[in-house]
Amino acid sequence: MNTRGSLRTRLPIALVLLTMVVGVFWVMSRVSTERPVRRPPVKEVGKRQEAPDFALKDIDGKTVRLSDYRGKVILLDFWATWCGPCKMEIPWFMEFERKYKDRGFAVLGLSMDDDGWQSVKPFIQEFGMNYRVMIADERTGALYGGIDALPTAFLIDREGRVATEQVGVSSRRDFEDGIEALLEAPAGDKRAALN
Amino acid sequence: MVLRHYWKLLPATSALLLTNLAMGQTPALMVKAPVGVVVKKGATVDVKLTATLNAGFHLNSHTPTEDYLIPLTLKWEGPLDVLDVVYPKPQMETYSFDPKPLSVLTGQFPLLTKFRAPATAPPGPVTLTGKVRYQACNNNSCFAPKNVPVTLTVQVLP
Repeated sequence: MNTRGSLRTRLPIALVLLTMVVGVFWVMSRVSTERPVRRPPVKEVGKRQEAPDFALKDIDGKTVRLSDYRGKVILLDFWATWCGPCKMEIPWFMEFERKYKDRGFAVLGLSMDDDGWQSVKPFIQEFGMNYRVMIADERTGALYGGIDALPTAFLIDREGRVATEQVGVSSRRDFEDGIEALLEAPAGDKRAALN
Repeated sequence: MVLRHYWKLLPATSALLLTNLAMGQTPALMVKAPVGVVVKKGATVDVKLTATLNAGFHLNSHTPTEDYLIPLTLKWEGPLDVLDVVYPKPQMETYSFDPKPLSVLTGQFPLLTKFRAPATAPPGPVTLTGKVRYQACNNNSCFAPKNVPVTLTVQVLP
């Protein structure tokens, strides 16, 4: 077998293998959750969709509806007591609740724990969580497109529309940028929403 | 000629890429049971399951470092007695969401069970149903606990 013939056989194989390797690395880099992404803090008003309403019980047995909070900026956090990354964000959210409460902001935690208050109640007490927590389930998650990974957090604007969605741990700065942007949104946002 | 060979391999390339894409998003634990397991009645037998978690994820070991974490468990139902379940030695790993090392398992690991066939067991094949429960995470999010069913057939000898 001559060298030219051998090259003609091996070159395409080498090209295919190279394509596969490059492709795999490209795909993995696209799906990697560690990739830092800088995005605008919130979606444009015209691209926001209505946040689905729900009615769930809080720790005192009171019914909480998302629609009760219309007019406020809401950080809606799907979490669970068994979720390590969720635990990392909870102290941030407690601080946001303290810091922005008087400006029309609230955090609502939706726990996805199967055993409900049995796990969640002691957790709230241990952490001294200062925001309202409700027990959610897959049906509640389905309203928000299905919650596969925790934490998943949504920032909801004063008109009850989803302005951001974050799957997995985000940075504290991203949350604060989003909250600030929504709290400072001009009245013109309402006009934009109608367009 | 050269190009024709190249395009023949493209479906395989695409399949590999799609598999990586799908496997990269959610955790999946595959559990394989051995075949051809035999035990004499009144005797014991060790059975090794092989579990494989897809890359990029970890699951809590049977002895997690924190109370709030859900441990890996294996439970059996069937006509043989379960004497012991031996879980693999965990790795201590640190992740960006927790400064403390966590006791976890990744990749492929064994799950051993010691069964005893009762002295009164009738000879012949018996089926046991196992359930592997696990809760997995990656570096920045966690996924709901899942159960993986396992079926094991054991031949009981006289």
